[in-house]
Amino acid sequence: MDDREKLNRLRWRCTRRAMLEMDLLLGEFLERLYPTLDAAQADAFVTMADMEDLELWPLVNGQREPDDPVQAEVLALLRNVRVK
Amino acid sequence: MSKQSVAVRKFDAVIVGAGGSGLRAAIQLSEAGLKTAVLSKVFPTRSHTVAAQGGVSASLGNSEEDHWHWHMYDTVKGSDWLGDQDAIEYMCRKAPEVVVELEHFGMPFDRTDEGKIYQRPFGGHMSNFGEKPVRRACAAADRTGHAMLHALYQRNVRANTQFFVEWMALDLIRDQSGEVLGVIALEMETGEVVAFHSKATVFATGGAGRIYYSSTNAFINTGDGLGMAARAGIALEDMEFWQFHPTGVAGAGVLITEGVRGEGGILRNSTNERFMERYAPNAKDLASRDVVSRAMVTEINEGRGCGPNKDFVLLDITHLDPATIMKRLPGIREISIQFAGIDPIKAPIPVVPTCHYQMGGVPTNYKGQVVGDDGAPVRGFYAAGEVACASVHGANRLGTNSLLDLLVFGKASGDTVIDDVRSGEIGLRDLPADFADRTLARLNRLNTQTGGASVNECRLELQRTMQKHCGVFRFKDMLVEGVAKIIEVEKAVAHTEIKDKSQVWNTARVEALELDNLVEVAKATMVSAEARKESRGAHVRDDAPDTPANPNGRDDANWHKHTLWHREGNRLSYKPVIMKPLSVETIALKTRSY
Ligand SMILES: Cc1cc2nc3c(=O)[nH]c(=O)nc-3n(C[C@H](O)[C@H](O)[C@H](O)COP(=O)(O)OP(=O)(O)OC[C@H]3O[C@@H](n4cnc5c(N)ncnc54)[C@H](O)[C@@H]3O)c2cc1C
Repeated sequence: MDDREKLNRLRWRCTRRAMLEMDLLLGEFLERLYPTLDAAQADAFVTMADMEDLELWPLVNGQREPDDPVQAEVLALLRNVRVK
Repeated sequence: MSKQSVAVRKFDAVIVGAGGSGLRAAIQLSEAGLKTAVLSKVFPTRSHTVAAQGGVSASLGNSEEDHWHWHMYDTVKGSDWLGDQDAIEYMCRKAPEVVVELEHFGMPFDRTDEGKIYQRPFGGHMSNFGEKPVRRACAAADRTGHAMLHALYQRNVRANTQFFVEWMALDLIRDQSGEVLGVIALEMETGEVVAFHSKATVFATGGAGRIYYSSTNAFINTGDGLGMAARAGIALEDMEFWQFHPTGVAGAGVLITEGVRGEGGILRNSTNERFMERYAPNAKDLASRDVVSRAMVTEINEGRGCGPNKDFVLLDITHLDPATIMKRLPGIREISIQFAGIDPIKAPIPVVPTCHYQMGGVPTNYKGQVVGDDGAPVRGFYAAGEVACASVHGANRLGTNSLLDLLVFGKASGDTVIDDVRSGEIGLRDLPADFADRTLARLNRLNTQTGGASVNECRLELQRTMQKHCGVFRFKDMLVEGVAKIIEVEKAVAHTEIKDKSQVWNTARVEALELDNLVEVAKATMVSAEARKESRGAHVRDDAPDTPANPNGRDDANWHKHTLWHREGNRLSYKPVIMKPLSVETIALKTRSY
């Protein structure tokens, strides 16, 4: 898969989710912050986008902390996303 | 692309949709040994059923006496007598069976001390024909939909259901006689277009809440099943009926649970007035969903909305103890910070009534067969879940009856397919020579369009039009104007242009194809709503007010009937409501009051 294909697949998985909250947050993150991530962070984000919403939601709203330090970096950014 | 390039795969049954209804149907079929394919735009356990938290209803009577007949009464009343009483009886009678079955599939329901399924109260659930509240909702904490989907998915894995994930069905295949022979679908990963040729086709594609600008529905709810059915000449039933939730975050749409008002949250207008005191002096902010939604819209329409555009009201919990907010309303603070930019401990949350659930859909009978205008089954075609209109929800759905609908009619459609296959009623008929032409023409048009409209802009225009002209409270002139506007939108949608013409993972193409479906749903909704000159359930018109002759604006003499919208000619017809249940007496027409 080339970069465009990978990015489009990621876009689909960020914006066709089970919960509207997640569509909005991950969609916004993908457009604004994903391009600024380094390679390790980008991988961590892809892994997180593949999680199910009820796994990811407690991480996003701070009820849980991730084990992986790179995921924690990405999460710090994700938690600050504001959708209006 | 030529016809020859469309590969054909053969199945006994193809199910479009892997939410609760699709997965429930698939279990029946796979366990009966039918070769079954399930197509889904996303991995099954990412379907929107996950978002359901409240629960699923069944008159198990685990906490106190309950009866399916009482459940039936509540559902008929909730539907404002537009629901079909045969289907409602069927669903309520089957509820205990399908819920216990789900438990056996591994669903981790909350339990009582004696180990029975725990049941809690829910709006509209009453005992003894509307007398007093009864505990009928079964839940798995606040993740009922998620747990249900996982239990159903595991069972399907065991039964060898074949999943086609990240595939989008594009069109139904019908032959000259009208029999349904399968679907044409697009694999996103390859861009390949494939025909799924089958004896039975089951639609379980969920709702279409994204036709509104403000919606609690996830982005995936683009009404694909409705679009495909309409393009194939199937009329859509009762599309004017959409349930709105009073408190969606303004702009984002994200749902703020009723629990916030339960804990003391207050709705205020731009003068800081607690306006619900005027509309519902007793229940105030806790009045029923439709009453609160209409009050909010009236405040906004009369110029007492908040913000620069005066287009929302405020949900105030600043007077509550922050410790209570954190403890009793977990997640609410994060939601309003992330989606409204407001810390609700310090400032009130902007909210508007938000589209939540589609009562209408593809017309079916209680066996899950899709029916034509004359009520006769369309051979080879079945539907269940939010895409279908059985009709159990009529003009207004009762909370928790949707998850029940998925289980009961998912199962029923599966059972009917099995009967129809075994009796030879349906079989693998020959595909007509031109089976893929219309779909390929649509794809070709997209590939070659130049100077056309942007998909995003068309979608936004569609959503704004629906929100403004056909929202929670409806006005004659706005509806008439809305019909004209939505036809303009349709013209633009017919010429959408995408810049990306590639095959593999072309999400722009998929979004354009979703928009083709949204526009069918929007037209059906607007045209049906404009025509229905009464208020009933969720369809409330300013020019059909509450009078002694027509309480709540309901006009049974002229409008106690189902709408059917036909895509061809943008035309309407009507059919009677089925008032005769299967075994009990008719629940006679009455004014709906709580
Ligand atoms: C926030 C929220 C909370 C809710 N809470 C409750 C509740 O507590 N109790 C209750 O009873 N109801 C509740 N509802 C309603 C209920 O959740 C839904 O009506 C129900 O889950 C719909 O299930 P479904 O099987 O019809 O469709 P979905 O679960 O929406 O699944 C649709 C499936 O179809 C697939 N699909 C769609 N189009 C295509 C296509 N073109 N090609 C291939 N696949 C396709 C999707 O990928 C998906 O797998 C709630 C709804 C919302 C929005």
